[in-house]
Parts: sequence; structure tokens; C-alpha cells
Amino acid sequence: MSGIDTQWLVKAAYFAAAFLFIVGLKRMSSPKTARGGILWAGVGMLVATLATFATPQMENFILMLAAMGLATVLAWWSGKRVAMTDMPQMVALYNGMGGGAAAAIGAVELLGDGEHALAFITLAVAGSIIGAVSFSGSLIAFAKLQGWMRKPLRFGGQQAVNLVVFLATLALGGLLISGEAGGHDLILLFFLAALLFGVLMTLPIGGADMPVVISLYNALTGLAVAFEGFVLDNAAMIIAGTVVGAAGTMLTQLMARAMNRPLSNVLFSAFGESGGGGGEISGSMKPVDAADAAVMMAYGEKVIVVPGYGLAVAQAQHRLWEFCQKLIERGVKVKFAIHPVAGRMPGHMNVLLAEAGVPYELIFDLDEINNEFPSADVALVVGANDVVNPMARTNPESPIYGMPILDADKAKNVVVIKRGQGTGFSGVENALFFNDNTRMLYGDAQDVAGKLLQALKGL
Amino acid sequence: MIDGFMALYIFMLAAFTGYEIIGRVPVILHTPLMSGSNFVHGIVLVGAMVVLGEADTTLEKVIGFIGVFLAAGNAVGGYVVTARMLEMFRSGKDGRKESAE
Repeated sequence: MSGIDTQWLVKAAYFAAAFLFIVGLKRMSSPKTARGGILWAGVGMLVATLATFATPQMENFILMLAAMGLATVLAWWSGKRVAMTDMPQMVALYNGMGGGAAAAIGAVELLGDGEHALAFITLAVAGSIIGAVSFSGSLIAFAKLQGWMRKPLRFGGQQAVNLVVFLATLALGGLLISGEAGGHDLILLFFLAALLFGVLMTLPIGGADMPVVISLYNALTGLAVAFEGFVLDNAAMIIAGTVVGAAGTMLTQLMARAMNRPLSNVLFSAFGESGGGGGEISGSMKPVDAADAAVMMAYGEKVIVVPGYGLAVAQAQHRLWEFCQKLIERGVKVKFAIHPVAGRMPGHMNVLLAEAGVPYELIFDLDEINNEFPSADVALVVGANDVVNPMARTNPESPIYGMPILDADKAKNVVVIKRGQGTGFSGVENALFFNDNTRMLYGDAQDVAGKLLQALKGL
Repeated sequence: MIDGFMALYIFMLAAFTGYEIIGRVPVILHTPLMSGSNFVHGIVLVGAMVVLGEADTTLEKVIGFIGVFLAAGNAVGGYVVTARMLEMFRSGKDGRKESAE
């Protein structure tokens, strides 16, 4: 085939890929078709990748295949192996890699000599900044969710420092664009500044806000890919990157809204810093043992289960569902109440419960179930904390004030399964645990669910 | 490069497409969809391949290699993780259908 023909083939493949991506994403946005959606997008990726090998005048195929092979093995292995509970940080990690790749493309384009149009260099620089920020920011988000970095890092004048680094990055980028200065040193400095900004920007953000941040970086990576797509004149990258950039921005807003926190608040306010910010709480935590708790639920009429991250960490979803099935056999009405941001990401908890086999009919979201709590005999809170903290309703001083919560405190009795007496991920004390009608059931959620099951069988 | 205004048109239309797709997605699909869109920007792989394919100097090859490695990780990892998450919706999907009928 002549060069022209292969070029045509590559373009046709990219067109098909862009189409398949859009259809795939569209299908992924509805529960009925979601599973097929990823297949459509996957076929698009395969077509585009295979066609790219036919791009005229390419070399270094061995290096290319080595890089792809290595990454494929590592990513496949890690993706298959990771527990459902750790999905959010894996998404952060893979997303960071995409941002890094976009930055790498920008770097090579900037290194290349030759005269380029102003728009070309501007887009290359913009894509590089966004990609690099997304890369280092996502890695920090990964480290935080992985538990390698427990506490948000904050220091005085942090925002000023961040602003200075950001402006320095822009200034270096401006220098590159203007062409007044150039050379490898400047480019290196430019990328270091952008990477540093990504790190600094993410460090002060608390774990509870990480999902929103990951979603934001996801959108940013999409944008970076689109910009570098313009630079490379690659239509597949432009379309896919822009669609993801816009979709990701929308998704970020939806998530922030679900937490009732404007995005600016997530990014620039010190959240969950004080830990004591909620003021004093009177009363004490009253423990209960598994047998008593099981009796309480077995002889109730209605139990609402509120699962949280603790359930995910302990992998307790299967055991808990077994326990709930026993309750249902006894004629107890069991419902699951899912907070929009239960777990680490919106929808994360639904995935976990689906994994355990809990039918959809028993799963309700915040708006559907909140007015049912007063009629529930027991609200069983499993490893959830901030999402049931009544201070979000009552205490304007609290850092989580205004966040919609599940009104578990309005149930006749509340049983809280919790590992220890510590505060939640946001670092805020929970007034629910000190209520008169609340009993604390300490222990790992899986062990406790097992004990509850045992106790129930013994009745 | 694609001509200036044509580029802007493509950008605008693709951006609206992205917004429309996400418009009314139920909360339960937020995480899988984020993961799915994370997979889609793995298309950066084709750009990284072209850049590595056209690299001449050692430095360009090194950066290009890193780029292809990162991009392939994004694409493959994104796919595996999304497919696993959506697999969970198998039973759920059937249940939903029954309750709707």
C-alpha cells in the first residue's frame, strides 16, 4: 500500500474509534446498557491502536512494543488483582498515567526544533501543564487513598505558596511560548514546576474529598489529551479527550453537589482540619455486644442498614448480607440506605453490595429513604461515619455543615459497628455516637457481622 | 494542524457531546462512568506511539518510551477496572428489569 492509502486507513480507524467511544460512554451512562458500553469503547481503542502501527514513517517499533507490553502486563495484573474496595485509587493511578503520557507528548513536541505556529506551542504548553498537574496530583491522591499518607498536609501560607508555584509555572510556559528563551533547562524547569504544583495542590485536600478531586483530574487529563491531540493533528485524541474533559467536568460537579460542597470549597478550603471543629459533645459512647444487638434487630419490624467505608475495608458485604437474609427470613423488613458518597466514591457502595448479591429493590438512596428512618426500629450503621453525623444538620461550626446526611439518628435505635473510637475520615467527631439511643458495637465489620449471624442462628 | 476555526468547532461540539452524555446519569453509575471515561482518555496511547515512532534523539526516545508506557497503562488498567466494576451490574440489571415489569 502506498503512504497515502495507509494514512487514509489510519484516519478512518480514528473516526471509527471516536464514534465507538461516544457510543460506549453513552451506553455506560445507563444501568441497562452499562456493561456493553465498555466493550464498545474497548473495540474503539483496539482499532485505533492497531491502525496507528500503520502510520507512515514510524520507527522504534521494538521500543514501542516493549513499552506497551510492559505496561499491559503490569496494568492487567494490578487491575485484575485489586480488591473492589481499592478501585478508587486504581482509577486515580491509571488516570495519572494518562496525564503523564499527555505531558510526555508535550515534552517531546517542545524539545523538537523547528518553527511552529503560536497556536501549536501554546496548546503543547497548555496540555503539558494540565497533564503534568494531573499526573502528580493523581499520584498523591492514590497515595492518600492507599493509606500511605493519612493526614492532609497543611502549613501556614500554603495557598500563597501554591499560587506562587502556579504563577511560576505559567510564567515558564509563557517564556516557552514567546520563544524568548528556550533550551532543555527551561523545559525541565517548566515541567518540574507543573509537577510540583500538582503535588502542592493535592496535599492539603482531605481524604473525604478525594473522589471529587480524582474526578477533576480525570477531566483535566481528558483536556490535556485533547490539547496534545490538536498539536499532533490527531482527531481521535481531540474528540475523545474533549468528550472526557466535558463529561468529567460535569461528573465532578455532580459529585460536588452530592456532597453539597462547591468545587472551589473542595479545592481551596482546609476541610476537616481541626477535628474539634464541631464543638463539644455531651454524653458518652455506650457499647453493646453482638448478641444483644442481634436480638434488637431480630425482634424489630424494620431495619435500615447504612453501609460505609468501614464495610468496604473489612470486606464485610457478603457476611452482612447473609445476616440480613436471616433477618428477612424472620420477617424483618430490611433496607439499605446509600449515601451519595458512601465509601470513597459515588456509587462505590452500590458496586460492593451488588457484588455481594444484594438485590437492587432493597437499596435506596438518600432522598428515597430519609423519611423512613423515624419508622425504623433499628438503624444499623456499618462503618459509616461522616455521612450519618447529625452535626451536618445542626452545627454551623462543623466543617461538614450543610452536607446532606442520612438521618440515622432519627431511628428508634441505632447500632453502630465501628472499629474503634476514632473520628471519621474527615476527622470530625460524630454526635450520633453519643446519642442516648445509640449503641456502639466495636470490632472489625466482618467479624462483627459473623458474630451477629451466629447470635441470630442461636435464637 | 487542523485549521483554527475548524478546530474550535470540533472542540465545541465534542464538549457538548460530553456534557449531554453525562446529563442524567444515576448516582450508582458515577464511579463506573468515571472509570470508563478514564479508560477513554487512554487514547493518548496513539499519540504517544506516534511521538515515539518519530523520535530521533535518545532523549526523545526515552520520553516517548515513558509516554507509551504510561498511556498503555492508562488504557489497559482503565479497561480492566471498568469491566470488573460493570460486571457487578449483571445481577442488578436483571433485578431492575424484573421489578420494572
